[in-house]
Amino acid sequence: MTGEVLITAENVGKRFPLRQGVLHRLSGQPAPAVHALNGVSLEIRRGETLGIVGESGCGKSTLARCLVRLHDCDAGRIVFEGQDIALLQGKVRRAFNRRVQMIFQDPYSSLNPRMKVRGILGEALGVHKMRPAAGIPGRIEELLALVRLNPDAADRYPHEFSGGQRQRIGIARALAVEPEVLVADELVSALDVSVQAQVVNLLLDLQERLHLTVVFVAHDLRLVRHISHRVAVMYLGKVVEIGPTEALFSAPRHPYTRALLDAAPELDPARRSRKVAARGELPSPINLPQGCLFHTRCPHAFDRCRTERPELSPRGTGHLAACHLADFGKPETRT
Amino acid sequence: MTQAPALEVRNLTTTFAGGRLTAVNDVSFTVLPGEVLGLVGESGSGKSVTLRSIMRLLPASGAVSGHVRWQGRDILTMSDADLRGVRGGQISMIFQEPMTALNPVLPVFTQIEENLKAHTDLDRAARAARARDLMDLVGIPDAARRLKEYPHQFSGGMRQRVMIAIALAGNPTLLLADEPTTALDVTIQDQILKLILDLRDELSMSVVLVTHDLGVVAATCDRIAVMYAGRIVETGTVRDVFAQPAHAYTRGLLGSVPHAGTERSMLLSIEGTPPPLDRIPAGCAFNPRCDFATGPCRARVPVLEDLAPGRSVACFNRTAVTAAGSPV
Repeated sequence: MTGEVLITAENVGKRFPLRQGVLHRLSGQPAPAVHALNGVSLEIRRGETLGIVGESGCGKSTLARCLVRLHDCDAGRIVFEGQDIALLQGKVRRAFNRRVQMIFQDPYSSLNPRMKVRGILGEALGVHKMRPAAGIPGRIEELLALVRLNPDAADRYPHEFSGGQRQRIGIARALAVEPEVLVADELVSALDVSVQAQVVNLLLDLQERLHLTVVFVAHDLRLVRHISHRVAVMYLGKVVEIGPTEALFSAPRHPYTRALLDAAPELDPARRSRKVAARGELPSPINLPQGCLFHTRCPHAFDRCRTERPELSPRGTGHLAACHLADFGKPETRT
Repeated sequence: MTQAPALEVRNLTTTFAGGRLTAVNDVSFTVLPGEVLGLVGESGSGKSVTLRSIMRLLPASGAVSGHVRWQGRDILTMSDADLRGVRGGQISMIFQEPMTALNPVLPVFTQIEENLKAHTDLDRAARAARARDLMDLVGIPDAARRLKEYPHQFSGGMRQRVMIAIALAGNPTLLLADEPTTALDVTIQDQILKLILDLRDELSMSVVLVTHDLGVVAATCDRIAVMYAGRIVETGTVRDVFAQPAHAYTRGLLGSVPHAGTERSMLLSIEGTPPPLDRIPAGCAFNPRCDFATGPCRARVPVLEDLAPGRSVACFNRTAVTAAGSPV
C-alpha cells in the first residue's frame, strides 16, 4: 500500500515543564521538564495502518495527541495535506478536527457517564453539522449497526455496557463525523483477550469498508504486527526504527527493536529462551542520556554512541533506523 | 506421575455474599515440586480468588470449602498460628500491583526484615546481611543504599523485585504469583519472568503463576490450567494444550492472540463477554459463546475428565474441538 502522504511529522518535540522550586529558580539552572518527544519524524500515508509501538513513557500517546492537535508541539511541525496544523484556525481547524479523529485508551473514562449513547453520538453529529436534525436518529442507528451494537443501545448509559461494547461506542463516536484518519491510542489494551480480538476484527473490517487511514498506538507487539502495514518503534520520545511490518519484525535493524521483539513472549512453547533480552530500565525522560538515547541499555554501544545521537537513515525500501551500526541486523550478517 | 505433589488442591469452592456468588467452583489441581503451573483465564474467571483462597487471604464475606493439602496438612483447617508459619514462610505470594502491596511509609529494609523476623531465627546483623543477599539475588544493584529507600523511590520493575525479595525471605518452597508482570513493560516483564525461573532452578521452588497472557504461559510454564467462570475447564502440559486444545474456550483464547503469519486477517474471536458471577449460564458456563455447543451443553455441567495422565478437559464436544485443530 503506497498511498500519497497524508500527515507528516517533522522533527516534532514536546516538553512538559515541571514545577520549579524557588531555590532551583535562583540557582539559574535550566527549568526541569519531561522531554516527552525529542524530534519525531514520520509520514502517514493514505489508506495505511501505521503502528506505533514502545514501552510506557516512550511518548507514543503524546505523539498521538499531537497528531490530532490535542497538544501543540513545541518544536518541529505536523503537516496535514501540506498545511501546518498548528496554524489552522476557525473553519479550517474545525474541518481538520472532523477529518482526523481520536479514539481513547480507557473506555471507562472517555465516555460521559451522564449522557446516553444517543446523546454522545448526537453531539458529535450536531457539532460538525453532519446531518439535518431530522436525519440524526437514523444516522445513530446506522452507526450502531456499523460497530455491531443493537439499536436499543442508543437509549442506555455507558455504565450499562461492558468494556468491549464501550470501546465500540468510542469507535462509533469517532466514525460519526466521517473522518479520514483514526488515531487509536491503546484501543484494546484495557480489554480481555477474547474481547480484544472482536474489536481488532471490527477495526480491520471498518478500515476496509470506509477506506480509513489508521494510526494504531499500542504496546502489544503481536497486536501491532497483526494489524499494521508499517510500524514505527519509539524509545524515549524518538522514533528509532520505522519500516514495513514484515521487514521490521523479521529483521529488526535497531538493537532496541531487537530487544523488544526478544522480550515479547512467543506463543510457541517450543521456542522459549532463558536469555534476558534487555538489561536495565528506561532512563528518566527528565534527564535524557547524552548521545544515543538507548546507549545505557544497549549491548552493542561503543564510544560514538555516548556522544553523538544517531538520526534515522535508510536500511532498505522504506525502512529507516537510527543507529550508528548501519549493518546491525542486516539479514546476511545476522548472528 | 510418580512424584508426590507439593501442593494438592481438592474441590476448592469459594463463595461470596453468603453463598450467592460462586467465584471458584469445585477446583482441583496439583503442583509438583519444582514445577511452574500457569493458571490462565480472563478477568472474573476466578484465578486470583483461587490463589487467595489457598492462602486464606479472603475478605470476611468470602467462604472457602474443600481441601488444600500442604506437607500432610490441610491449610484450610489449620489453626491461625500454624497458618502464620506457612504463610510468607513455606508458601509466599507476589501480587500484581507492587505499589499497593508494599507499605509506602516504611523503608524497603524494614519490609524485608519483617518477614525475616517472622520466619527465621537470624539475629539483627544476620538479618541485615540476609536482606542484602536477597536484594542481590533479585538483581537490585547497590543493595546497601537501596535498602534504606522507600517504595516510591523504586521503578515498577524494581518494586516487583522488592516484592520477590520479601517473598523469598522465608525460603519458600512454593511461590504464588498473581499476575506478577501485568503492570510492567515487556522488557521488564521479560526480566522478572526469567528471574522467577532462575530462582525456581536455584531454590527448587514450585511456582503457581496466575496470568491472562498466553504468551507468558508459553514462555515460562510447564503445565497450564485454564479457568472459565470459576471452574478449571482444561489442564495439561503447555506443549500438549497449545498443540491440541480440547476445550472450545482454550481454542478460542489461543485464536484470539495474533501470531506471526496471519497479518491483517480476521482473528478467531469469541463472541460475547465472560459472564458476571451473578449470571453464570446454566449447563456449561461457556455454552452461549461456544461454536461447538449442543443440547447437553445447555442442560448439564461437564465434569473434568482425564484424556491422558495429567491431561484433562471438561467439554462434551471435545472430539469435535480436538478435530478442529489448534489455531497456533
